[in-house]
Amino acid sequence: MREPVRRVAGRMAPLDLADVDTDQIIPKQFLKRIERTGYGPFLFYDWRARGDFVLDRPEYAGASVLVAGANFGCGSSREHAPWALRDFGFKAIIAPSFADIFRANCYKTGLLAVTLPDSQVRHLVDLVTEDPNAEVVIDLERQVVRGNGFEYRFEIDPFAREMLLGGLDDISLIERREGEISAYEKTRAEWLPSLPASPTVS
Amino acid sequence: MPDPPRTLAQKLWDAHVVRSAAGEPDLLFVDLHLVHEVTSPQAFEGLRIAGRHVRRPDLTVATMDHNVPTRGGVRAADELSRKQMEVLAENCRAEGIPLHKIGSLRQGIVHVIGPELGLTQPGMLIVCGDSHTSTHGAFGALAFGIGTSEVEVVLATQCLPQKRQGDLAVNVSGDLPIGVTAKDIVLGLIGRTGTSAGQGHLVEYRGPTIRGLSMEGRMTICNMSIEWGAKAGMVAPDDTTFEYVEGKPHAPKGEAWAKALDHWRSLRSDELAPFDGQIDVDASALEPHVTWGTTPAQVVPVTGRVPSPRSETDERALRYMDLKPGLALADIAIDRVFIGSCTNARLEDLRAAASVIHGRRVHPKVRAMVVPGSTSVKLAAEKEGLDAVFKAAGFEWRNAGCSMCLGMNPDILAPGERCASTSNRNFEGRQGTGGRTHLMSPPMAAAAAITGHLVDVRELI
Repeated sequence: MREPVRRVAGRMAPLDLADVDTDQIIPKQFLKRIERTGYGPFLFYDWRARGDFVLDRPEYAGASVLVAGANFGCGSSREHAPWALRDFGFKAIIAPSFADIFRANCYKTGLLAVTLPDSQVRHLVDLVTEDPNAEVVIDLERQVVRGNGFEYRFEIDPFAREMLLGGLDDISLIERREGEISAYEKTRAEWLPSLPASPTVS
Repeated sequence: MPDPPRTLAQKLWDAHVVRSAAGEPDLLFVDLHLVHEVTSPQAFEGLRIAGRHVRRPDLTVATMDHNVPTRGGVRAADELSRKQMEVLAENCRAEGIPLHKIGSLRQGIVHVIGPELGLTQPGMLIVCGDSHTSTHGAFGALAFGIGTSEVEVVLATQCLPQKRQGDLAVNVSGDLPIGVTAKDIVLGLIGRTGTSAGQGHLVEYRGPTIRGLSMEGRMTICNMSIEWGAKAGMVAPDDTTFEYVEGKPHAPKGEAWAKALDHWRSLRSDELAPFDGQIDVDASALEPHVTWGTTPAQVVPVTGRVPSPRSETDERALRYMDLKPGLALADIAIDRVFIGSCTNARLEDLRAAASVIHGRRVHPKVRAMVVPGSTSVKLAAEKEGLDAVFKAAGFEWRNAGCSMCLGMNPDILAPGERCASTSNRNFEGRQGTGGRTHLMSPPMAAAAAITGHLVDVRELI
């Protein structure tokens, strides 16, 4: 079981860039840990090291919603990227589009990846640039992002939504399908490769 | 009613459905799970905490590739990398998973060893905690990268819930001109489509030019599917595929081979199979390509110039790359050359680079290295004397691994260094913080090593 995710409320931080890849979100020198936590200090490490990075401006400290450009999270499949965003304090990311693996990794991490049309994302970027204290509420049950004077509906894969709302994890759901899995295994072609299931370290 | 026509991707998908129910993603069975040291430790830890074990260690294979040093062995690794390798070895021992660790004759980049061991076969579903898993699609397999949580799911259940994807066809026709390679097909394609056109889709690369490519060339193209956002890329298997697979250590033998072959010949899109989109590429019009920016889509023919920025992303890339619009690509001097990675470090790639280098010298201002994709590629290359060609020219000849493709090991660019690289990503800092990467084919990288600047390889052949 994970913590259910129903609603995220808080201030936003803008990252008005397209094609932000996971190498930027968490550079490779921080992938050598064997834990799932502790990545927050290394989020956007190289960009922050150059100084005046938007997330380090005092007015965006404590933001829980990142508003970003299209194709966010492209590139490497590293789940360390959503872990770092989560550890830094983000609970949701709003963007016009996400790379597929990154979005899946977000859901598994309990991070809401919300897709809105360009114009609405633009509005949120403008809003938070103008007023860093602007707050939004992301209501996963009703599938809306709302704030002062606006309410935007978003689409999300219904099953992913159910998993997030229920705090469900894949493995326990799949384990209920043991009968179907064993039945499938019996139908597999005999030529398919299999390796000796004993410890063979070469 | 005859069965409705299906694409290759749909056939592969259907063959792996364990359970399909309305309102749920399909539950797919995984034939081969490839594991490496960087994206797996947290997954194994998750299993341990929950008291679970690996369901099918016999369908799981591990290797060390991402952070292995390419000289000096394990001792040359930093402490954290060494720890990751040790943890992988412990996890594999505890769960009975075969491991090809550093020093093993079968060690190498996970996407290079799968095919060369015959573990990658047509019709399979293959996953790995690495986005370049799409490489294996070159065999007519459904193969895609997954995150660490999904690695844990597959370790525990050998299954993965997946939402059905769309189908795209990339139809490539026309003869590849001299000096133009599979890498240029895929770089040119990404330059046209942009970084995300493939999102939510399984791509089939088809047409006479693809049919004419070797398995190595097909792997190069499928490998970079992720760079235009595709879930997976694949090529229908044919005689080229079967010839490659036959005789490999884990390939079917005897009667099983005949049965497998019968089945594999059915793995192609039906004539009227519906695709959601088709992209046509004329290979005969292609030139060698080089990236100028910080996404693989920021790419132009080497005969061209650095383009004027059309977006904020372009401006950002120009600043990072320290380039001015209008500069001829051939006027860009380089400091380093990297021939390696799961995209272009197979024997054929090394042969192609060596043929350009033969009898020439690396430019005195350039440091160049070759990192074979696997230990087996390295040994095969040495057997035919390629190492001597590279070394005589002044290249460093290293041990196998991912190396400077992502710079997790000691092989990295210094800030400001510019590299001609045969890898797959030119993202900011990818090859080392502040490093600048230009992606290209192995012959193009070899030519750049000799001249000390980006150059059209056709001037040297």
